[in-house]
Amino acid sequence: MFALFESFRSAFESIWAHGFRSLLTSLGIIIGVTSVIAVVSIVQGLSYTINAQFAGLGGNSLTIRSYTPFKKQIQGRLAKLRDSDMQVIKRRIDGISDITPVLFTQTGSQGAISYRSQVSFSRVIGIGPSYLDVNSVYPQQGRFFTGDDDARRRLVCAVGVDVIEDLEIPGDPIGKYFRVGNEWCKIVGVIEERGELFGFSQDNFVLLPYGTAKRIMGASRDLDIQIQLLVDDMNRQDEVKERIRRVLRQEHGLKSGEPDDFRVQTAEQLTESFNTVINMVTAVSAGIVGISLLVGGIGIMNIMLVSVTERTREIGILKALGATRQDILLQFLIEALALTMIGGLLGVAIGYGLGALVAALLPGFPAAHVPLWAVMLSFGFCAAVGIIFGIVPAAKAAQLNPIDALRYE
Amino acid sequence: MHPADIEAPVIQLRNVYRTYEMGDQVLNALDGVDLDIERNEYVAIVGASGSGKSTMMNIIGCLDRITKGDYLLNGTDVGEMSEAELARARNREIGFVFQSFNLLSRASALKNVMQPLVYRGIPRAERKRLAADALGHVGLGDRLESRPNQMSGGQRQRVAIARALIGNPAILLADEPTGNLDSKTSSEIMALIDQLHQQGQTIIMVTHEPDIAAHCERVIHLTDGKVESDERQQRTAA
Repeated sequence: MFALFESFRSAFESIWAHGFRSLLTSLGIIIGVTSVIAVVSIVQGLSYTINAQFAGLGGNSLTIRSYTPFKKQIQGRLAKLRDSDMQVIKRRIDGISDITPVLFTQTGSQGAISYRSQVSFSRVIGIGPSYLDVNSVYPQQGRFFTGDDDARRRLVCAVGVDVIEDLEIPGDPIGKYFRVGNEWCKIVGVIEERGELFGFSQDNFVLLPYGTAKRIMGASRDLDIQIQLLVDDMNRQDEVKERIRRVLRQEHGLKSGEPDDFRVQTAEQLTESFNTVINMVTAVSAGIVGISLLVGGIGIMNIMLVSVTERTREIGILKALGATRQDILLQFLIEALALTMIGGLLGVAIGYGLGALVAALLPGFPAAHVPLWAVMLSFGFCAAVGIIFGIVPAAKAAQLNPIDALRYE
Repeated sequence: MHPADIEAPVIQLRNVYRTYEMGDQVLNALDGVDLDIERNEYVAIVGASGSGKSTMMNIIGCLDRITKGDYLLNGTDVGEMSEAELARARNREIGFVFQSFNLLSRASALKNVMQPLVYRGIPRAERKRLAADALGHVGLGDRLESRPNQMSGGQRQRVAIARALIGNPAILLADEPTGNLDSKTSSEIMALIDQLHQQGQTIIMVTHEPDIAAHCERVIHLTDGKVESDERQQRTAA
């Protein structure tokens, strides 16, 4: 214990004595840890925010969407969900409510919106009246459309605040008309502002009654919709999910053995699949950074080997004064360890600063968040690098013959 | 080492060989040396370059191992010692003074003198006190924080002597202690070593200068790894 303490003291003295060189030596480690912490802090910040966003999507909601395996996508045989599927679910499944179709516009001219000379693009979504309850969005001004609007395919819409801004619609927007694709739509409601996520506006959308949306997109076409619904009893969610699966398989005429051509997802699953992506990004960046730490470690080994040669005479003197092999080994090992740990400490500090800076500079970006595990992992890795790459130079120093070392010029 | 052995010679060399093999050539740097050195002796080991005096110095200082024979240091068989025990012997029994001082260049005088005590596990405050005392004894009480490159040769050798003596070693082993010093500083350093001898320190000195050897009470002359002469003399230096 005493020897360890003394070794730490002498290691820090030595590092301090060679301040500039020590800084250069651990620069690789500093940069490596800085990038880990910066990347992790930003990604984790994102993940925090996104989880909070998904929480808005009720825990008891189910989303059904078509699913085409990649192989069939290449063949151009795309699976679809149709109105009839929704009707079947509505008719045959108990314990659900607020079922709504969600129709996203296909890419192309339908996304174009204009008001007087202003042209802009927006996400145009056709929905049923219960969409609001499922997704917890509400109008801040005006009204939402009714079943009647839907049934009569009235050209009315509820828009996000950005649409009003982009189209520069003056005064009270309620009752104003603007073009969606080739049709004129009347604004009946403005939806509550949701702010930005990753710098992208969440308020640039046009909500149309489902029937109207179909009319605009061409009713004759075989459209692919998503279906959202709420499960009345949360505890029966899995059961409901399974029944929907059976009904849809039957409706789609799938034989046993054929895979589902649709997916039934809970809000939780959406979050999970998102988190999978986040974790993958984290793991990949951590891996890249691991390599840079390895390179940093090799740099440290290199400098330590030079340092051992340079200090051969000093090692000889210490041995003449009674230092054992272990004393020398420990001294050099701890010097390498201290270099990497100091590098790690600086890296964590700089990385956190960098992450916070990026988060602060990009508008709408979530605050950086450094989880404890990232800090611990960085330090652990630094320590491991210090020991692994310190051991060779330290052993070399310890094995020096005192007479030769004393004679070394 | 028992208290009863206190009168035994501090160094006993019995038929000691140190052999170097260079290719097929075998060189006996020490060629059957027998030697006893008693406590409180003041010994000079002299000889031409290549006579084996440096090897003798390294063997006595536990820096090197003998090839054949027996070496008892304070009654303990050095040949049987492990690497760690040799380090311990260097730390406790031997104090080295080198021709080129061999101070730690990055450390202050005080830290240089403190260093041997690190390996004895003495706490820092105590080390500091002992080292400051030792530097005071060699007349450097006001240069504690000076680094070697801020000091003269004579001052550096004083630091080295203080460092050699800090652990109360059985033997002070000096290798050409005045070799790098001018004559005036040499005589100052020799006066200091003489004084240590008078205080009871056992001193073994390797030198090739006759007037330095003249300070000693016993002169051992080595030629080709053998003891050629071993004479006691009256100290002539003042």
